[in-house]
This record gives sequence, structure tokens and C-alpha cells, in this order.
Amino acid sequence: MAEPSAGISLPRLLRDLILNFALDVQEYFALLLRVFRTAVTRPRYVRDFVQQLDTIGVGSLFIVLLTGLFTGMVLALQSAVEMKEFGAVMYIGRLVGASAVRELGPVLTALMVTGRAGAGMAAAIGAMTVTEQVDALRSMGVDPVRKLVTPRFLAAVLMLPILTIITDLIAILGGMLIAVVKLDLTADLYMRSVYFTLADTGFIFRFIPIDVFQGMVKPIAFGGIMALTSCYHGLRTTGGTEGVGRSTTQAVVTTSILILATDYFLTQILIALLVE
Amino acid sequence: MSIDHSGPPDASAESGESTDSKLQAEVRTEIQRALAADARRDPRGVAKVALKDVWLAYGDNEVLRGISFDVSEGEVLCVLGGSGTGKSTILRLILRLIKPDRGEILISGRDICQAELEDVLELREQMGMVFQGSALFDSLSVFDNVAFPLVEHTNFDEERIRARVAEVLQFVDLDPDEVQDLLPAELSGGMKKRVGIARAIVHQPPLLLFDEPTSGLDPVTTKRIDELILKLRRELRVCAVVVTHDIKSAARISNQAALLRHGEFTFMGSPEEMFASDDKYVRAFLG
Repeated sequence: MAEPSAGISLPRLLRDLILNFALDVQEYFALLLRVFRTAVTRPRYVRDFVQQLDTIGVGSLFIVLLTGLFTGMVLALQSAVEMKEFGAVMYIGRLVGASAVRELGPVLTALMVTGRAGAGMAAAIGAMTVTEQVDALRSMGVDPVRKLVTPRFLAAVLMLPILTIITDLIAILGGMLIAVVKLDLTADLYMRSVYFTLADTGFIFRFIPIDVFQGMVKPIAFGGIMALTSCYHGLRTTGGTEGVGRSTTQAVVTTSILILATDYFLTQILIALLVE
Repeated sequence: MSIDHSGPPDASAESGESTDSKLQAEVRTEIQRALAADARRDPRGVAKVALKDVWLAYGDNEVLRGISFDVSEGEVLCVLGGSGTGKSTILRLILRLIKPDRGEILISGRDICQAELEDVLELREQMGMVFQGSALFDSLSVFDNVAFPLVEHTNFDEERIRARVAEVLQFVDLDPDEVQDLLPAELSGGMKKRVGIARAIVHQPPLLLFDEPTSGLDPVTTKRIDELILKLRRELRVCAVVVTHDIKSAARISNQAALLRHGEFTFMGSPEEMFASDDKYVRAFLG
């Protein structure tokens, strides 16, 4: 009968886990630094950047429209049930506007784009890695980070805020649809309600509502996290097609968790800086 | 590189072809000039590639144990050995896709292991690598694949790039008009290898690396690939390191052969010497 595996002890396993995690974090931030460095030095891959703008931005537009529309409609429907009890249905615009612009718009957009474009990035780069295409780039004197990661990172950082604005607008319109059709409010009353809630917290640079500003800052961070995490997992892919699937899953899960955690910390920071 | 244009072309085609050939010759000269400028930066160039006492281990597994060789212009070294003996690792070390634990890897006299990333990228421009699975970019057409190194490293206009790509595709026995718009997925295994070779030689690198160039190919295609490597050696005077376990191929194309076993070369010499060797492992490997 085989001896039980005497070499593996719990402390050693724990130490290895911590060490591997520390190494992963170090590599992740090293990749981020290289992205920053390659973003400001030549050569620049403008064509790849434009292609990624199209893939991330235009390619994600449809799911973002649907997400915004249904989120706004559900928010209005759900909150109407509670608000009716207090005779506050006319304030439904405040609730939909604040929720969409502050939280749901940025977070849901980032999660939906991660599911679509982030998974695509991890799969595409992962497939390139396991079929030696990334090594082929290196062998031709081309830096894979500059060619593959930086254009995706910059495109995601630019497109996420734009997609978030679209989600916010569509969510507000979705809420309005329910308010007008189901709750017998006028569109004017609903939109005034949205405006006042956004104006309540004040303005930054005199004309940008703080809520909208918050909602614009977050997607920049989310876009960067999505692209970097997806490319990071893609570049580390091993183990053939099965490995590509594994990397894609890891990329989506890790990005989603990082987005939710970052959202919390960013909200804390932004509230401390802008509201308090 | 000279191209054999067989068959009598008609007058208009002939005129077009001569313009094309003139352009192709111009492009070749420009690439050579650029490479010569690179070479001038390094006056120590003796051998094109030299490994000196290179060691590499993954954990407790010693993959390479004090490997040394040098390959000069016009020479082809075939590295033979069983599966998993670290043959392809040698190519990855030369490209510095991985770094050795110790030892020197000299590319035209410069130690690639000690170079900064920018210098490594520049040194890699002097190399062309043909990967085992061809490693063609899936999303790019054959033309874009072959043109890739020129687009990356030269300022050639589209006309010049087209001329050069057509020339190298012809060199590897592919009809540019037939194949250049195809995607890699639409090519056969042999065609992929040849496109891979075309991509590796398009910028006329003085050093070529081949990873199992004939694996998985039928004997006829294998012979064609071997002839291509010989043609490169003869006509372009490239220096090449070929990793293979195909003994017949190695005998055909190389003037040096090395047999890798347990991280060391158990044999190094000409293919003729290898076939005449009394060493037990060499005999067993040769079958």
C-alpha cells in the first residue's frame, strides 16, 4: 500500500499559496507599469487601438442598451411598489436617476462588458499564447505588451465611460417608460425629479453634477481593470484549448470581483473627497 | 535571392515582371543595408550564434547541462534528440524567450542574456524563427502574416512590401496570387510551414531557427521543406539552427549535427561522422 504523501504539510501549503499570490500580484502590477510605459513611448499601434475601440465600444453597445433599459424599468417597477405605500410615487425619478448614475450604470456596464469583451480578450490572447503566436511576435522583435495589451487597455479605459453614460441615459429612459405607462406620471415630472436628485449633491467644475462625475471616474478604473486582468490571464495561458477556457473563466471571475471591490473603495474615496 | 521565373511570359507580363523584379531587387538592397548598419554596431561578430556553457533547470529538473556550440554564416546545425530532451528549449534560449541559469548566448558577438529589453528586440530582428506549429497569426491573411516583419521594422510603402512578399512566397514555392488572400485556417500543413518560412526570411535575417520544420508532414512535403532550407543555406548564406528528430532530414540539410541526451550533447560532428559513430546511444537513436 502506498505511503500517505508525507511531504505536503499544511503550513508549507499555506506558505506556497501566499508566495504564489504575492508573485501573481507582483506580475500583475509589473504588467500595469509596462502598459503605462508602452502607452507613452513609440512605436504606437494606432490601428490596433482603433480596432479595439470598435470591438469594445461598438461591439458592446447592444448588450449595454439592453442592460440599461431593463435595469431602469425594473428599478422603477420595484421601487413603485414600496413608494406607493408612502404616496411618494412622484419621486420615482430620483430613485432611478441616483441608482443608475451612481452605482448600477457603472457597475453593470463594467460587468456586462467584462462578460463580452473581457472574455474575448482573454480567449484571443490565450489562444495566441498556446499556439505560440505570442512567441512569434517576440521572435520578430515585437513587444507583445505593446502590441496586444496596451491598445486594449487604452481602448477599454476610453470606451467604458462612454458606454456607462449610454447605460445611464437608457436606464433613466427605461424608468421613464414605466413611470409614464404604468404609474401615470408625466415625463416632465419624472425628468425634473431625475434632474433634482443629480443636482442635490452639487456640481464639480460648475456644471458637472457630482453624481455624474463619480459615475464617470469609476468606469475609467473598471475599464483598466477589465483589460489588464483579461490580458494578464490570456498571456499566462497554458495547457492548450482547455487552458484557454480556464483562463477565460479566471479572467471573468477575477475581473468581476475586482470591479465590485474597487467600486466599494472608490465610492468611499469619492464620497470623502467630493461629498463630505 | 534569385527567383527562377520559368515559362515564357507574354510581352505585357514581361514588362510588369521586370518592373517588379527591379523593385524587388531595390527592396532587398534596402533590407541588406539596414542589416549591415545593425552589424556595424557590433565589430566583435565572429560566429552568428554561439552558446557557451549554458545551463538551465526547472526546479530539480536539469534541462540543459553545459551546452556549447557555435554556428557561422552558411552553416546549418541540426539538434537531434528524443522528445522532451530540451531541443526546443535551445531555440527559446537563443531568442531569449527564456533565460539560462548560467552561460552565454552570443548573437553576432553580443550576449543576448545580458541585453536590455530594447536591445533584445533589436537582436531578434536579426533572427527568423519557424515554429513547429507555424504560429501564423489566425486573424491575418497570408499576405499580412508574411508582411508583418516588414510592416513592423521598415518604412516601406505598400508597393514595396507587396513586391517583397510576392518574392518570398515564390521562393517557398507558393503562388502569391493564389495564397496571399487566404487565412491560415485555409492552408494545408505543408503550406503553413512554407508561409512560416516565408515570414521568417522576408526581412532577410542572417540567423534562422527552425523548430521541427518537418514534423507531421508527408515524405514528399518533408523533402520540399528540406530543399527549401538547403536553398536558404546555399543562396542566402544564412546560418541556421534546426531542431528535429528526423534523422533523414538532418542528414540532408545540415553540416553539423548534435545529439542531445540528459541535457548534454552526447555527440557533435558532421552527419557523416554521426552515421559512422560507435556510440551506443547514437546507434540506438539512428535505429
